[in-house]
Amino acid sequence: MTTPRLSLRGICKRYPGVVANDGVSLDVAAGEIHAVLGENGAGKSTLVKIIGGAVAADAGTIEFDGQPMPAADPAAARALGVAMVYQHFSLFDSLTVAENIALGLDGSRRGLEAAIVDAGERYGLPVDPAAHVHDLSLGERQRVEILRALLARPKLLILDEPTSVLTPQATERLFETLRQLAAEGVSILFISHKLDEIRRLASRCTVLRSGRVVAVVDPREESEQALARLMIGGQPPPLAAHGTPVGRPRLRVEALPLRGGKVSFELRSGEILGIAGISGNGQNSLLSLLAGEVAAPAESIQLDGQPIGRLGPGERRALGLRYVPEERIGHGAVPEFSLAENVLLSVDRLRRGGFIRRSSAAAFAAEVVQRFDVRCSGVEARAASLSGGNLQKFLVGREVLAGPAVLLVSQPTWGVDVGAAAAIRNALLELRGRGCAILVVSEEIDELFELADRLMVMAAHRLSPAVQAVQLPIDELGRWMAGRWPEVLA
Amino acid sequence: MTRALELVARGAPSRFWTWASPLLALAATMACGMLLFGVLGKPPLQAVAMFFVEPLATTRGIAEVLLKATPLALCAIGLSLCFRANVWNIGAEGQLIAGAIAAAAVAVAADSGNAAWILVAAIVAGALGGMAWASITALLRDRFNANEILVSLMLVYVAQLLLSWVVHGPLKDPAGFGFPQSPLFDRAARLPLLVERTRLHVGVLLAPLAAAAAWLLLTRSVIGLQLRVAGLAPRAARYAGFSARTVLWTVLAACGALAGLAGALEVTGPIGQLTPSVSPGYGFAAIIVAFVGRLHPLGVVAASILMALIFIGGELAQSRLGLPSSLTGVYQGLLLLFLLGADTLIANRLRLRARAA
Repeated sequence: MTTPRLSLRGICKRYPGVVANDGVSLDVAAGEIHAVLGENGAGKSTLVKIIGGAVAADAGTIEFDGQPMPAADPAAARALGVAMVYQHFSLFDSLTVAENIALGLDGSRRGLEAAIVDAGERYGLPVDPAAHVHDLSLGERQRVEILRALLARPKLLILDEPTSVLTPQATERLFETLRQLAAEGVSILFISHKLDEIRRLASRCTVLRSGRVVAVVDPREESEQALARLMIGGQPPPLAAHGTPVGRPRLRVEALPLRGGKVSFELRSGEILGIAGISGNGQNSLLSLLAGEVAAPAESIQLDGQPIGRLGPGERRALGLRYVPEERIGHGAVPEFSLAENVLLSVDRLRRGGFIRRSSAAAFAAEVVQRFDVRCSGVEARAASLSGGNLQKFLVGREVLAGPAVLLVSQPTWGVDVGAAAAIRNALLELRGRGCAILVVSEEIDELFELADRLMVMAAHRLSPAVQAVQLPIDELGRWMAGRWPEVLA
Repeated sequence: MTRALELVARGAPSRFWTWASPLLALAATMACGMLLFGVLGKPPLQAVAMFFVEPLATTRGIAEVLLKATPLALCAIGLSLCFRANVWNIGAEGQLIAGAIAAAAVAVAADSGNAAWILVAAIVAGALGGMAWASITALLRDRFNANEILVSLMLVYVAQLLLSWVVHGPLKDPAGFGFPQSPLFDRAARLPLLVERTRLHVGVLLAPLAAAAAWLLLTRSVIGLQLRVAGLAPRAARYAGFSARTVLWTVLAACGALAGLAGALEVTGPIGQLTPSVSPGYGFAAIIVAFVGRLHPLGVVAASILMALIFIGGELAQSRLGLPSSLTGVYQGLLLLFLLGADTLIANRLRLRARAA
């Protein structure tokens, strides 16, 4: 047997209150595409950080091409040829794309911009090298992260949930690239919660549950149900049935100015309206206007007939309009705050008479944690200490428990594993069943078809007409996402 | 093989080093202080004696320390509120001077006839004067998005010139032989003493009171929540619908009032009149106090006592040993420098690593 490119033996990592990795062993051969599958908090991200040298393991050994790898040394890992695409972004906001990539390459910057454009075209990841990262959407930032890793000419490429913000076509192009890289001898470690992608791409799959390896399988020979069972140790909760009667209009948007153009739509009680499209096409601007973070002409947004365009987020919440933003850390939650403090941001009744009701806030947070199965060490845990999926469950739970009349949700299950994603989607469907009007902005087409009654598409700051989700074939949707939709529907 | 020290990022900020860092900075400052004494030809241990033993050896000494710590603590509590909210007000010195002028303007009118209320009126006037001065910064930032660092700093110099004009003009003592200072205030406008045969007045009690109030404000009140969110995550503040303007005006008004109060206590307490040298730089030293005290009201009280020791130690080193008075400034600067260095350990840890030569 040949020496594996990467070989982990007995990796252990404990955090206060949690065992993230418990004796994890794993081999990746040269040119192999190896998947790691697991729920939120199963220890995938910790494992990735240990391999990349960002975190030191408590016990265990790592060998790269048969040589022991220095522990907790990102520079050494990079020098050996390990390239990472992290789930949480590691880009500097104030620098341009080219500057960010140059930082990761520690080589000459000459010709870098051209190389970025070339690589972007070759791998189907177009970005403008001169753009500043703070102007980019999450999807565009992820493209930059992947490009940066590819430009380092890695021997082992680690991707942590890379496809969550790509279109189906772009995902397919990325997979072709990964297969080509593998054929050239690059080893690929692919972390994902998307079972179908793992089955299409990987030749071996290590399944983690609660920090332990529970199985190593060939995913091409397993069914999706079998993989899901291995991952969560049981059946995923089934989705609630579709098709509740749609009620009266609650939120009416009329000629709302958005980047030169104007958008209009109507959101009714008891329906989920989905907005599809690649991020960075105006979704965040639209949501800021709808949530009240940015003021709009008074009449352009109406809630139950009342003009609310000039009201702030707190006043809109008082009328029942609530919002789960795309970015959890720093927007939906203060990372340094505990969960009990973070509920104070949007649950206004926990603040009264100029004072905070601390025990009520802790009780509210505890209820969210319990009802939405948020894995954490308690309501005093800092928001930053939760995994992405658990924090998302907490933030969706916070808004759902506060009892919204209209709920705006952006990327509800971005970077969230199947178990948590199903829980979040079920919560939204249940809320719809109770007559709430829900707007879901998502890049995940499967999710939108699962949730939405009606669909719109956003491209280049324009909004397509809304259609019944069942009447929109997926290739038609692909064209709409490129901005080509009929202005008047038959 | 050589060995190299490296900084490695921690996963989460260290609670231990948050509070150990000021102590490490203090130790490094003392070590440097001893070195400095040695270079100046004095026994190094005398540095420790001058700064930490002598000032605390007598009741009178302790009273002086508390007396100096009071304005430092009041200013630093206000600054902590500002800094927590990411409002970089560095003009507490000017706000203190404005408070002193306003308090003096009321206090000079004192005579035995209005004894009952004139002292309270002078102190309230001081707080309002400081608040008004800080409001200029708030207004310019709010209306014109002017940089509050520059505005608040420049207003310090304006306040100093205003003070100079006032003691040469409107408030000048007609019977003062032309000296630029106000008349001595009537007994009615002077703070009663807390401890006999010292200069320690009852105003010193306001510092712990202010610290407790600020702590309650930060941890229990909605405006405290708003200012912490504004400082830690401005986008989350927008999400919650917290008004950045409310936070800006509140922290500046609170800081101005506290600094103005400090100025009022100085003129109605130990000084007893308005002079051109009301403050030996309390407002600037309070910036260091705020950071040494970790922007925590109770930590600030402890740090203000430390800073008072440095002020008094500097005076002692000058009068007893004939060392230059700029020693105080050097020590303050060293303390801040070492603190900023030691704070690296909060987010990072040191690791000694063998490295091939």
